[in-house]
Amino acid sequence: MTLLDAAGLQTIYGSGCSECLTTTGDHAGTNQCEHCGSVVACANADLRVESGEVLGIVGESGSGKSSLAETLALERDPEATVAGEVAYAGHDGNLLDVDYQTRHALRTGEIAFVHQHIRDGLELEFTGGGNVAEKLLAAGWRSYEAVRERVRELFEATEIPPARMDDPTRTYSGGMQRRVQIARALATDPELVILDEPTTGLDVSVQARVLDMFRRVQREENVAAVVVSHDLGVVRLLADRTLVMRHGRIVESGLTDRIMEDPHHEYTQTLINSVL
Amino acid sequence: MTVLTVDGLTKTFDMHVLGDTQVVGLDDVSFAVQEGEFLAVVGESGSGKSSLLKCLYRTYDPTAGRIVYHNGDDKIDLASCGDRSMMALRDDAIGYTSQFLDEIPRVPAVDVVARPLVERGTPTEDARRQARELLAALHVPEELWAAYPATFSGGERQRVNLAQAVAPKPELLLLDEPTSALDPETRNAAIDLLESYLGAETTVVGVFHNTDVVQRVADRVVVLADGSLNEVIPIAEYDGTHTSPEADSNEPLGEANGRRDR
Repeated sequence: MTLLDAAGLQTIYGSGCSECLTTTGDHAGTNQCEHCGSVVACANADLRVESGEVLGIVGESGSGKSSLAETLALERDPEATVAGEVAYAGHDGNLLDVDYQTRHALRTGEIAFVHQHIRDGLELEFTGGGNVAEKLLAAGWRSYEAVRERVRELFEATEIPPARMDDPTRTYSGGMQRRVQIARALATDPELVILDEPTTGLDVSVQARVLDMFRRVQREENVAAVVVSHDLGVVRLLADRTLVMRHGRIVESGLTDRIMEDPHHEYTQTLINSVL
Repeated sequence: MTVLTVDGLTKTFDMHVLGDTQVVGLDDVSFAVQEGEFLAVVGESGSGKSSLLKCLYRTYDPTAGRIVYHNGDDKIDLASCGDRSMMALRDDAIGYTSQFLDEIPRVPAVDVVARPLVERGTPTEDARRQARELLAALHVPEELWAAYPATFSGGERQRVNLAQAVAPKPELLLLDEPTSALDPETRNAAIDLLESYLGAETTVVGVFHNTDVVQRVADRVVVLADGSLNEVIPIAEYDGTHTSPEADSNEPLGEANGRRDR
């Protein structure tokens, strides 16, 4: 079943002009419009996510992958002009045009976002349990006991010692904070989780454990995911299909093993050959 | 009944990093495989054997030609079908293993083998029991079953890989040198397993370097040379061209250095 079907997604920072799309992109070698100076963070992006599927998005810094992820997560950046169509199973119309209430309901229900920067996703002064509970309360949970029980369950699922539930999140290690973010994202049984650079700021061994945990939970819950990373290893570990972005455009897409073993685009070949 | 019809299969690689050099992997290869048939693919290193299997599994995108897979009454062209159709076929019908284990890290060997069974709905404990039986049949030492294959020897990894590929009894099994790093005794155990575990209806296309193995398991032999199909010969007429009586030990050493075999 198709969960999300996006077409013509576009994010522009700046005033924008009629030349923006022709002067930027892979062929132009830049994402900045030479006429008006606007940055075309992403454009002409089409993608589809099936239920339970993991889609990877790779590309270097500034390729537009985070902008694309933020659009899909219904984040709204007042600086950006976003256009395009996002159809989502069970909803009529364009998800990018929904009213405040629907957007709130989606973001506390079906679609969860794991921010690249932990500070954007968590209140570090709150307890770890409080950060997860907040999401449940926003989704309408009211029973203290039920919330507590669900938080404990999520701590166990994401391999955080439940004994640390009532400690301030700032006292957690980086890996644990990332797990709290994932626990929070999964709290209301979403259908789609969008992870932006899930390994940022983590040691390699911690990265591996967090990704293993996410992979296990993703499969157990059969939740679909969009995983954005500059690291091919992350995408290789998690994604069924992968998109490659450069200068704000999707330059290649396909089965992840095909992208890794038979990269077509010049940039993808360079990327594969750059793996440490 | 025909299971697979390969027609005009061509694969070229545009190597942009080498100044847009074009490398021909396969050139206009055509053959058909019948249900239950065991087809051996032989040829010198670089003749296109691995490329052929990777095209059939769509790890490589074919450049031209058709690969028609007969799925019951349905026919689907593996060379041009959508990614999701291919994913579904990989889940349900087509298995693949290569000489290099490409498994998810930090998963115990027994779970590597059990995974495709669990994904097809077998309860985890049943799948693990079956996985242990397969590992035992392939002489993988019991103390390794709970360990991560990343630390295994080449031959041990190869057997874990083979066990995983055969476990769900796919309709079409693609084997890329599944026994290249095995000693003769273990290799025999692997061949015994292929014969006893897989049903008569399982179709196999396998790359092999060893004459004995080919003569024992194959029904017909596809001979590749420089990416082209040289001939398809019935096993009774196969004289050991491009395979060696006991030369496998030379071949995998070169390839174990990470060179891709096209």
